[in-house]
Amino acid sequence: MIISVASGKGGTGKTTISTNLAISLGDSCTLLDCDVEEPNAHLFLRPHIDRSETVKTFVPVVDESRCTFCRKCAAICRFRAITVVGSKVLVFPNLCHSCAGCRVVCPEKAITEGSRELGVLEWGVGAGVSLIQGRIRIGEAMAPPLIRKVRASANTGKTVIIDAPPGTSCPVITAMRGADFILLVTEPTPFGLHDLQLAVGAVRILGIPCGLVINRADMGDDRVREYAGAEQLPILMEIPFDRKIAEAYSRGMTIVEEMPEWKDRFREMFRQITKVALEKEAGRSAQ
Amino acid sequence: MKELVVVSGKGGTGKTSLTAAFSSLAGRHILCDADVDAADLHLLLKPEVRQRTDFYGGGKAIIDTERCSRCGLCLELCRYGAIDGNFAVDATACEGCGVCVDLCPVAAIDFPTQKCGEWYISDTRMGPMVHARLGIAEENSGKLVSRIRQEATKLAEEQKVELIITDGPPGIGCPVIAAIGGATALMLIAEPTVSGLHDMSRLADLARHFRVPCFLCVNKFDLNPEMTGRLEEEGRQRLMQVVGRIPFDPVFTEAMIAGLTVIEYRKDSVVAVAVREIWETIIGLPAMNKQGLRML
Repeated sequence: MIISVASGKGGTGKTTISTNLAISLGDSCTLLDCDVEEPNAHLFLRPHIDRSETVKTFVPVVDESRCTFCRKCAAICRFRAITVVGSKVLVFPNLCHSCAGCRVVCPEKAITEGSRELGVLEWGVGAGVSLIQGRIRIGEAMAPPLIRKVRASANTGKTVIIDAPPGTSCPVITAMRGADFILLVTEPTPFGLHDLQLAVGAVRILGIPCGLVINRADMGDDRVREYAGAEQLPILMEIPFDRKIAEAYSRGMTIVEEMPEWKDRFREMFRQITKVALEKEAGRSAQ
Repeated sequence: MKELVVVSGKGGTGKTSLTAAFSSLAGRHILCDADVDAADLHLLLKPEVRQRTDFYGGGKAIIDTERCSRCGLCLELCRYGAIDGNFAVDATACEGCGVCVDLCPVAAIDFPTQKCGEWYISDTRMGPMVHARLGIAEENSGKLVSRIRQEATKLAEEQKVELIITDGPPGIGCPVIAAIGGATALMLIAEPTVSGLHDMSRLADLARHFRVPCFLCVNKFDLNPEMTGRLEEEGRQRLMQVVGRIPFDPVFTEAMIAGLTVIEYRKDSVVAVAVREIWETIIGLPAMNKQGLRML
């Protein structure tokens, strides 16, 4: 069971929901922090990091003594990361998408495997939850390959909860693809609604069942609920704005630490998610 | 010409509300919404679109099963796992590298470029606005951000406008790098939480990496005054100019629901007064007034 927690709009409470859900489920789950640009789950789980690994990606290295400057590498590269100027091959590692096309087409085998650091991958346990997180290198533009690494590191036997990045473009898609359920966290404001609609669009392209959590549920208007009703999106939880929750969050405290009675509500939400995901799965195999 | 880009690292700290409020206070300027992935500024500015242009990203592979000999070379070459055993391409996984297209022995793979968004030049009650819409689940957000910033600069030159105010995207990756390169300065709006502190630090490091001056203001500062102090201290250590504090107040949300900037909605509110002071501080700072390369 893989649950991806996403939102469209940033700052609606993805990390709050994913960490509280993970703590409520305890050691039966793994939390993957796939917001590799700004990973925050560790601030709430305070894990002891017991393993870390640098993640690298392919970039070409050219052996000019073998190169005949035939330009086949430059011709195949759609990202203009390699070019030939006279008898010089220029590589722009930051533009490289690691397709390795240049290496495949080079008739002289003059291109070998170099690398660019994407970031680090870290493993730890905190608040009874095992956490795997990615942390992109400052200045690195491409998040999806690191997100794929985080996802590939998960133990498939356990429930996996993914803390996704904001937005609706490639990093979010990478954090949602292949999940069994998408939990969309929103707030009942015009920005929240607008970005929720985009996020629902993305989820529908992927064809994954989804449900909503409305955070700061009493600060705004009713249009998110009306939209949810019209689109038949189940509202699985509402969290009112509570200065106590906001202040606890500011110090790195989770809701369930502050108010343990919320654990049952998160577990109940998990049961509902499981039910919806199983029904969808059953519907699929019946077809 | 100067360009101030409002950024945050962490999402939801108030970038768009602050950008819109600055717009209410600035003289002649051009607005640019560089959060093309989840753009919200138009909800407050209600732009009237004057010019609409399609934005094309790179190509995406499509395998023609009629021509395909099922040799499996494309499967072997694809580093993104975008091709399945039935030789169907998952468009959301395809990176657009075209390696399979070029190397397919029976030329069975097409590579059409696809429209992946639109960008607009619009009129608003604050002046011209350049904004965009990236298609859902699309790539190339960085390219689109670069494009609309170029268009905003072009428009500013044509209309002899000296200031561009840009609403930036969250994070520190591709669209943010595209949004801050070459900017006059960044206005970083942070919140006084452990996440806010963590995310601000990473963005401040990115700003230094690209050598762009960065100002800091703390929104909702009274939710945790001690953390606000830590943010400001951390900011100073990273050579950021601390330009003010904004108190927590639902007036930002109320203004948003009314479709107005907080200055228009309640110009005497504490929030509006704080934002005005921040604006006046910023426009007087040396970083905003030095002669840029473009002016030499």
